[in-house]
Amino acid sequence: MATQHSRSAARIMMAPAVFLLLVWMLVPLCMTLWFSVRSYLPLRGGDQGFVGLENFSRFITSSAFWPAVQTTLIIVGGVLVISIVLGVLLAILLDQPMWGQGVVRILVIAPFFVMPTVTALVWKNMFMDPTNGMFAHLWRFFGADPVVWLTDASVLSIIVIVSWQWLPFATLILLTAIQSLDSEQLEAAEMDGANPVARFFFIALPHLSRAITIVILIQTIFVLAVFAEIFVTTGGAFGTRTLTYLIYQRVLESQNVGLGSAGGVYAIILANIVAIFLMRIVGKNLDN
Amino acid sequence: MGHITLKQVTKSFGEVQVIPPLDLEINDGEFVVFVGPSGCGKSTLLRLIAGLEDVSSGEITIDGRAATEVPPAKRGLAMVFQSYALYPHMTVRKNIAFPLRMAKLDIAEQNKRVEAAAKVLNLTDYLDRRPGQLSGGQRQRVAIGRAIVREPAAFLFDEPLSNLDAALRVNMRLEISELHQTLDTTMIYVTHDQVEAMTMADKIVVLHAGVIEQVGSPLELYHEPRNKFVAGFIGSPKMNFVEGEEAVKLNAKCIGIRPEHIGVSLESGDWKGTVGVSEHLGSDTFLRIKMPGVQEHMTVRVGGEFGARHGDTVYLTPDRSKLHRFDAQGLRIA
Repeated sequence: MATQHSRSAARIMMAPAVFLLLVWMLVPLCMTLWFSVRSYLPLRGGDQGFVGLENFSRFITSSAFWPAVQTTLIIVGGVLVISIVLGVLLAILLDQPMWGQGVVRILVIAPFFVMPTVTALVWKNMFMDPTNGMFAHLWRFFGADPVVWLTDASVLSIIVIVSWQWLPFATLILLTAIQSLDSEQLEAAEMDGANPVARFFFIALPHLSRAITIVILIQTIFVLAVFAEIFVTTGGAFGTRTLTYLIYQRVLESQNVGLGSAGGVYAIILANIVAIFLMRIVGKNLDN
Repeated sequence: MGHITLKQVTKSFGEVQVIPPLDLEINDGEFVVFVGPSGCGKSTLLRLIAGLEDVSSGEITIDGRAATEVPPAKRGLAMVFQSYALYPHMTVRKNIAFPLRMAKLDIAEQNKRVEAAAKVLNLTDYLDRRPGQLSGGQRQRVAIGRAIVREPAAFLFDEPLSNLDAALRVNMRLEISELHQTLDTTMIYVTHDQVEAMTMADKIVVLHAGVIEQVGSPLELYHEPRNKFVAGFIGSPKMNFVEGEEAVKLNAKCIGIRPEHIGVSLESGDWKGTVGVSEHLGSDTFLRIKMPGVQEHMTVRVGGEFGARHGDTVYLTPDRSKLHRFDAQGLRIA
């Protein structure tokens, strides 16, 4: 099939998609880079010309910058830990033969299909509301004072909400990985005198390491850009302002497109640093 | 040590009974081979002995101790799996040391035993590699090494050579036999290959549909098969079966004669047939001969070279003293 003719035909047919993707990515990237070196205040005089790297230095020296980076990393880290630990446990649980396995698996995946905004609203109003939320009722049932989640434990709340959303994804990937574990290996370990805990740590977990790195890689990229969950719940208050949210505030709340664009460039750099680290780890794991 | 007794052992998966009540005695130091066509329950039987499957009823005793309820790790048996089941993320050294590590032996002792096993199996140069970097035969040896270090009462092999190529299989067969001589430990070996069974076993257990058809030494099975199934399964090429007139003449439903017990002549003989295919191996010639009264064709082995071609008429003379007669139930008439 791979004749000269069919190959060029394939290229022509792929061209629109490639073109669209390139435009889709390159135009916003170029615009971000362009605006980041200009002073652009839409409501206060519009584009006021080239300012060099001033936006970059202002963004990084602002008192909100480092706390935002810290919050971002805490949220990403927290979500990763929760979704991987629980994901591994859930995957092992779902791998056990049981009645209604198919239905249960679909139910477990369900949260992934709920839109982030809806997820955040459900959690905010149904679970974390200090007067009518499920948690408030639970706390009162035991005679405790309800926790005002989104104010007193705001970062934790965000982590819980985002984890709930990403746990199904982690579970799904880890479940398929667990299913590919050779049962003879487990039996061999059993014959070798390994108890269930030892079998988990010496056989199952190493087998899962590749799937775990893939989950880490994909989730990091997506969780770095979490926005709707914060917008709907805390609006960036109470120490939940991530880098993404800070950029949003600079552009829309302060109406400073130039400053926000500079922040966007920092976000790209941060994401790339994380990605390079992860790629190395993944690469190492994939080598084995 | 390694005396294993099975008493009225059965195994059912749901409604299906794969092993009807079965008795078997395996003596200390014996090399026992379970052989049978695929799906005959030989692997299940091995897994029952290993403890990887629970028996549905009956008793298993190992060295006089009841082992039916004992978990696999405590039975003192080591198993070599068909896929070798090596741990891919561990080096050869760690693979072999794994059972010792699980038994919490001290490091010095672990190393000593691993080195000793590696020396026996010629693995010393490969101790720091991972299973993925080894050839099939080397992986096989690592799997055996992992079994040896535990110093088990008996070794269980589940079709260990089926993933190797023909030449390597012959080599490993010899190595396992030699290992048995050196260690002098009971070995139970499952295979569907009757050549492996014949060459390695002290005692062969022929299984068919979960039932033991016959137990005996290789030559016993060859010379005195209990029934038609064993007669057809043991020996290569297969025994020829003749039914009808020739069989009735000898008061049997069916007579069996091995390819190597038939004389061939171009001039005269008891039976007349035409050559279908002749296979020239140099040392032997195998003739497939079409003959009235034989459903498929007769296979005949002639030593050396034999100049017969497709379509030639030949005369066959069976060695009467080597003829086997079977009754209507397929049992051999002594």
